[in-house]
Amino acid sequence: MAKHKISVTVNGAAREAEVESRLLLVHLIREVFRLTGTHVGCDTSHCGVCTVLLDGQPVKSCTVLAVQADGCSVATVEGLEQGGKLHAVQEAFTEKHALQCGFCTPGMLMTTSALLERNKSPSEQQIREAISGNLCRCTGYLNIVKAVQYAAEKMHG
Amino acid sequence: MIPAPFDYHRAGSLEEAIGLLSRYKADAKLLSGGMSLLPTLKLRLGSFGHLVDISRIASLEYIKEEKGMVRIGAGTRQCTLERSELIRSKYGVLADAVPLIADPLVRNRGTIGGNVANGDPANDEPAIIIALGAELVARGPKGERSIPANRFYKDLFVTDLKADEILVELRIPVPPPRSGSAYRKLKRKTGDFAVAAVAVQLTLDAKGAVERAGIALTNAAPTPIEAVEASKFLAGKTPSEDVIAKASRLAADAGAPSADRRGSVEYKREMARVLAARALRAALERAGGK
Repeated sequence: MAKHKISVTVNGAAREAEVESRLLLVHLIREVFRLTGTHVGCDTSHCGVCTVLLDGQPVKSCTVLAVQADGCSVATVEGLEQGGKLHAVQEAFTEKHALQCGFCTPGMLMTTSALLERNKSPSEQQIREAISGNLCRCTGYLNIVKAVQYAAEKMHG
Repeated sequence: MIPAPFDYHRAGSLEEAIGLLSRYKADAKLLSGGMSLLPTLKLRLGSFGHLVDISRIASLEYIKEEKGMVRIGAGTRQCTLERSELIRSKYGVLADAVPLIADPLVRNRGTIGGNVANGDPANDEPAIIIALGAELVARGPKGERSIPANRFYKDLFVTDLKADEILVELRIPVPPPRSGSAYRKLKRKTGDFAVAAVAVQLTLDAKGAVERAGIALTNAAPTPIEAVEASKFLAGKTPSEDVIAKASRLAADAGAPSADRRGSVEYKREMARVLAARALRAALERAGGK
């Protein structure tokens, strides 16, 4: 089985790797690029903890091949913070107690940061729909929704 | 979970993809959004020696109206359909259904062509294209051919597509005036497949009687099911609650669901009946009828 040379822009930095066809994007991120903020949860594209942005769109990285990301940009939770300053959604999750165990948080942050790029002031319904592919089993969604509303206000006034 | 080893080929054009399919035949599988294929490979429910990735072929992604048809490129992603004004304005049944497919993250990758060509009776768009009377365009080494949606599904995961053919386009007739369509689906939770779901498209005549009714069921048999008897019964009738009750019973009877963790045969059949009645009422209202 031939290996593939791929180039991926990860959180703004150009990276290269030689990958097997069957390597999943989440394993490229965690095991090759050593960015372990992206978690592996259900591994069957249900739970959304592995959510990253592929060319700006949230996707479940357990269900994308690494080789499919060739030539694309990938954003992970490590890239949200800029110059020592937390992203508005990260700050909001802290402020509104939107996590307990934190396992789902990286995926939640990626999905909701992408939502706020597309929709400056989402309604509660739109927030709930946007995170419907991201499961949280301890905080419940109430504070997560509040955090996203808080972040929307901070980002876009 | 890691898929069994395979070779990955990124096709730069349809011709290249068809060439790869011709070379590897049954050992090749097309990869588009990958939202069904990758879980299948990871769970080792299936394996293929060669994946042919057609997701970078930009010419497969479009939605356009032309000569009485809306033409949808098979590579069009669900999220694009979800945001399309053309789809929303003409096909209530699709506008109802797309937001109920899997979840938003899956819809960012998944395509209508994959949903339709995979041959999974639990997918939502097969029943919809049958109800809408769509045609599927397949391209192979010898050129293109068109297949009516209601003759496309042969068996569980078996379609009319040959090993070296690619579904490239869906052609859906623009509904005549006084038409309305709707999709009603029961599912246990976000991301789940339907317990039962029904797609309906109605066209009324000037007097308000049914001119054409397209009805199809999701997840009610090894293939999507066209409810032919229900459609025949409705033709020429002026819709009333009695007529809807009879038609929805006929629609539910067209299915042959099997019992599983989503419910018993009786339950699924009853849910199909209820959903058919709801879809009929919604389609009727959208068609401007009463």
